[in-house]
Amino acid sequence: MNRESKQSMSVAPLTVSGMTVAYQKKPVVEDVSFTLPEGKLVALIGPNGAGKSTLLKATLGLVPAIAGEVSIYGDTYKKMRSRVGYVPQRESVDWDFPTDALDVVMMGRYGHLGWIKRPGRKEKELAMDTLEKVGMADYARRQISQLSGGQQQRVFLARALAQEADLYFMDEPFAGVDAATEKAIIALLVELKKAGKTVLVVHHDLSTVEEYFDHVLLLNKKLIAAGPVETTFTPELLHETYGGKLAIVSASGRQTLVGEQ
Amino acid sequence: MLDWLISLWSDPNTRWILMGCTLLGLGSGVIGSFTFLRRESLLGDTLAHAALPGVCIAFMLHEVKSASLFLIGALAAGIAAVLCVSAISRLTRIKSDAAMGIVLTFFFGIGTVMLTHIQHSGSGSQSGLDKYLFGQAAAMVTSDVYTLMGVSVLLVAAAILLFKEFKLVSFDPGFARGIGLPVSLLEHAMLILTTVAVAAGIQAVGVVLVAALLITPAAAARYWTHRLPVMLAFAGLFGALSGASGAAISTLGGSIPTGPVTVLAATLLFVISMLLAPERGLVAKTLRHRSMKANYARSAAERSALNPAEGGNSK
Repeated sequence: MNRESKQSMSVAPLTVSGMTVAYQKKPVVEDVSFTLPEGKLVALIGPNGAGKSTLLKATLGLVPAIAGEVSIYGDTYKKMRSRVGYVPQRESVDWDFPTDALDVVMMGRYGHLGWIKRPGRKEKELAMDTLEKVGMADYARRQISQLSGGQQQRVFLARALAQEADLYFMDEPFAGVDAATEKAIIALLVELKKAGKTVLVVHHDLSTVEEYFDHVLLLNKKLIAAGPVETTFTPELLHETYGGKLAIVSASGRQTLVGEQ
Repeated sequence: MLDWLISLWSDPNTRWILMGCTLLGLGSGVIGSFTFLRRESLLGDTLAHAALPGVCIAFMLHEVKSASLFLIGALAAGIAAVLCVSAISRLTRIKSDAAMGIVLTFFFGIGTVMLTHIQHSGSGSQSGLDKYLFGQAAAMVTSDVYTLMGVSVLLVAAAILLFKEFKLVSFDPGFARGIGLPVSLLEHAMLILTTVAVAAGIQAVGVVLVAALLITPAAAARYWTHRLPVMLAFAGLFGALSGASGAAISTLGGSIPTGPVTVLAATLLFVISMLLAPERGLVAKTLRHRSMKANYARSAAERSALNPAEGGNSK
């Protein structure tokens, strides 16, 4: 693993080229190509129905693409799977499933464990550590349906951390969470960045992009722009991405962007 | 009562049947837990009804009644039914629940026509195939019981060995695919195990009711625990109890079919669980709600007694 990381220092964590996805006849993601720089927090933003989640899922091979190639640390996703962590949308699972928070986090180790083998003490310790990192250690044995939405989101994040990956994909981690969870997620993103990890986040809230992220991908079926926040997160490019649905509101002297929700 | 139980055990033939039905209930309950959690309960019913034409064709081809042959027939028919369901929901706008409704009734219709045909033909009248509608455990012979044992061991062993994989695929298939599990292979494995459980159960419980042995024990077990391994154990236990009581009561004579009795026993366990389970049960919920209400009323009363100014009169 270590040797691999050193070899791939110069290789981009993720390169997507010509990604096209269609449901029935309509293309939802059209010819998208981009490269993620290493060790950055990247926001994938765009209006509703712009194909943000679809692009992320197609990159991970969770929905079939009509065309397009994905390269992760210079190799195929199949070979580099152990270096990728994934946080799905919270609503994608049934939270009444009979299991507790610690057990869900340990699922992050299943890929490393291989077939049949059960998680042991090592996995349990690692899972407890990651729960600690998201401030959920006290809830380890709590049935997952008894957690609040924000706590469930943090359990999902802890599971991704337990994957010990280098490149993370997060599908709307901030959607419908409380302030405490939002803070916990931000702290976690910062820590991941410090550790040299790369994180791609599907994001909705334009007002926090400048504060939380280094890079942005602007998507509206096609990729409108990609680059550092300072040069890419501009009113002109945002207008192009959101069309007429974007208003620029100036609140207390500070310019704030408000996208349609 | 005790005499009756002793007589059940002392008759070797009855003992075999009792064991067979108990093991069937155990295996179905365990594997049915995954079907239940994946919200595919209706699929179990589709598989069961689809098994009827499979069994009939197997009989018509070989003119013998053999549990393992019927198992193969039921498996093939079940797979055909599942393929039909997925083809309909993929190629048309019809949702899968409607597709299952269509396929289930269609296969059962064909099966009933075939069954009638067999009953009226020469060799068929002795076939006892009509027992496959509601199940007759007493008609089982030793080799049938061996088949049931084999199936039961297969189901429980698969659920234990692949526990971690089945759990993850049932809970979060997207994440499972992300970490490289062959999700569709595992889903198919679960489907085939479900089909095996159904196919093995039809002789004892009958095609009409066998799905209940998959779903009802699992639904009852869910009430007692928040942990999947415990839920599997409870579902297996409930299934085994249902199967045993179905077999035992149907030996009382008067040609009581095994299936309905088994299902009634499973339903009784479900109702008990629904009412009396700690925490999730209705009684516990109602009591909890009441005591919360009483506590709140008491503390509100205390507050207003201590601070009359805040007790509702505006200052």
